[in-house]
Amino acid sequence: MKLLLKGARVIDPSQKMDARMDILLEEGKISSCGTTIKAPPEAQVVNLAGMIAVPGLIDMHVHLREPGLEYKETIATGSAAAVAGGFTSIACMPNTEPVNDNRSITEFILRKATEANLARVYPIGAISVGSEGKQMTEFWDLKEAGVIALSDDGKPVMDAALMRHAMEYAGSLDLPVIQHCEDIHLSAGGLMNEGYWSTMLGLPGIPSIAEEAMVGRDILIAEYTQTRIHIAHVSTAGSVRLIRDAKMRGLNVTAETAPHYFTLTDECLQDYDTRYKVSPPLRSEADIAAISEGISDGTIDAIACDHAPHGRTDKEVEFVYAANGISGLETSLGLSLNLVHEGILTWEKLITAMSCNPARILNLDKGTLKKGSDADITVIDPEQTWTVDVKTFVSRGKNSPFSGRKMKGRAVLTIVAGDIKYDGRAL
Amino acid sequence: MMKLAKKDILGIRDMTVDEINLILETAESFLEISTREIKKVPTLRGKSIINLFYEASTRTRTSFEIAGKRLSADTINISASTSSVVKGETLIDTARNLEAMNPDIIVLRHSAAGAPHLLASLVRQSIINAGDGAHEHPSQALLDMMTIREKKGQLAGLKVAIIGDILHSRVARSNIYGLSKMGARIVVAGPATMMPRNIEQMGVKACTKLEDAITDADVVMMLRIQLERQKQNIFPSLREYAQHYCLNRKNIKLAKPDVIVMHPGPINRGVEISPDIADDPGCSVILDQVNNGVAVRMALLYMLSGGNE
Ligand SMILES: [Zn+2]
Ligand SMILES: [Zn+2]
Repeated sequence: MKLLLKGARVIDPSQKMDARMDILLEEGKISSCGTTIKAPPEAQVVNLAGMIAVPGLIDMHVHLREPGLEYKETIATGSAAAVAGGFTSIACMPNTEPVNDNRSITEFILRKATEANLARVYPIGAISVGSEGKQMTEFWDLKEAGVIALSDDGKPVMDAALMRHAMEYAGSLDLPVIQHCEDIHLSAGGLMNEGYWSTMLGLPGIPSIAEEAMVGRDILIAEYTQTRIHIAHVSTAGSVRLIRDAKMRGLNVTAETAPHYFTLTDECLQDYDTRYKVSPPLRSEADIAAISEGISDGTIDAIACDHAPHGRTDKEVEFVYAANGISGLETSLGLSLNLVHEGILTWEKLITAMSCNPARILNLDKGTLKKGSDADITVIDPEQTWTVDVKTFVSRGKNSPFSGRKMKGRAVLTIVAGDIKYDGRAL
Repeated sequence: MMKLAKKDILGIRDMTVDEINLILETAESFLEISTREIKKVPTLRGKSIINLFYEASTRTRTSFEIAGKRLSADTINISASTSSVVKGETLIDTARNLEAMNPDIIVLRHSAAGAPHLLASLVRQSIINAGDGAHEHPSQALLDMMTIREKKGQLAGLKVAIIGDILHSRVARSNIYGLSKMGARIVVAGPATMMPRNIEQMGVKACTKLEDAITDADVVMMLRIQLERQKQNIFPSLREYAQHYCLNRKNIKLAKPDVIVMHPGPINRGVEISPDIADDPGCSVILDQVNNGVAVRMALLYMLSGGNE
């Protein structure tokens, strides 16, 4: 199968490339990239004038819910949502039922992903058995089975000694450790950001220090043990500052944030709309500004949507009982493109945060269009305007507060290993 | 008499000054019924009201029940338990069942802030919030405003001190919303651990000493302290709390000579208010609050049922 992509503006930060190019894909690899490539016989030619082609987007933090919670999402529906949103690769968190804390679950996930044959799916293994924060899992065995990172996401690793040992042991295997930073004593009972709006609404607050205390702690562990740490879903200005300081001191700290943390504030909760309930919670305008700045200056390496699909019954309940999370894969690119429209990010920085950096953090040989690399490409129509409609979501999770929002820019072709997995050009 | 242009009474936050005045005036007109020999008018005959209480509250439930009965409505009390949520029956299931019974008004008390908003969005019946978590308790604030107005003539310009666990108090929030709309100056006081973050952005002054708050106050509103809060380490002991936040003969001298003392009840005597103050008809208006509570709830039920149309 040969595919020739003609005339797109190719933006590949890994090669500092931003030019009108043709790209030839053969045998699942990028065979050449040049100003004018003549179509070889039997090649399918796709005219992409006016489009932008970038290294396939990678979302390093999604929840696919299978095994165990298939009513919310399956590996097949989640990876379909991924390609519909422009993602060629996704890394899935282990908080399924059962938790992905052993080889057999990892192998099950990989088998299901192969059957689905859409996006590439990279399992993240649990740090502790059952993500209960007590007993370390078999990191070595998990890595051999295909796990590319470790996390107890959904919960933090509260026990600092366990975290230290996990970072040391994982460090020796070059497995990144991803922390959901939340001091559960500081956040206990909390349902939204602590501040003016929690005071107005009478909802128990989650202070920003619940996140920052653990960001700070884990940076100290990384420094002391000379290991690396990746901070998931940064939501506060204080976390951005801690991470920026750590990076300036040369520590091996990386971080991600999700589109809702640079788009929405806690004011959105004023009608107790559970679609806005996320963990960590939506914060203030000042936090939004700090996070946007953090992505722009590279303090925050990656944008990952924390795709958290839920069923109706998980969200249509009293606020206190509602599940946390947003079904994000199909809106992540559109919301992130807003940062480009607003002049906060360049295209190069956006693609760095959505492809190159996630690949680097997860040690994936991806995030590039260099000759010989996997032919994972996302083609974006930068001018297409569209309106989010959850009814059209491919994901089983229709829980999005962005329904009805106008967007500019959309993935129109998602190519994995040289195969078109999603074609939205007709939309 | 005007009709209230609202389907539900969810809180004071979304009420206008005109609406508050209208409710208070209507309540004042109902006050007289409670003094009659036959304390009943046929106004809401044939209407049915469900008191759906997920939290035990004898006072509020009884007050709504009496209010409904005095207007000749059929009142049905349902005590639900939030533990049923664990068993899978959600507020939504309950709402669907209740809707099938076709009541006119549902009065909801729930431990979760925002529960009445959820219910109101699901059913066509009018919802009255009878207290949701630490959010709002609109009928309480209305009866408090009615009582203050009765004793002081107006609300504008008064200094009102609210003392106690502001963080967990729906009574405090509804009163802050209402009294500030009506032009009163509000000072809140309590231990720093019981002060919600950014409370001053709500337009109140906040302090940690009772004495600072009640100085020159026209109205002192004491909040009930929940004993279980001690377990959350937000205060060390009732003994220490009472030593510093109990309104007594001595510290009340700091307030205006004609100060009135309020409490939403039930009182922990000797903790929030010393018994001699609570029982002093010269300053305590606690029983007036109870009496006005029935009138305010009659007004709400009446106005939500379409007034005199
Ligand atoms: Zn998380
Ligand atoms: Zn997550």
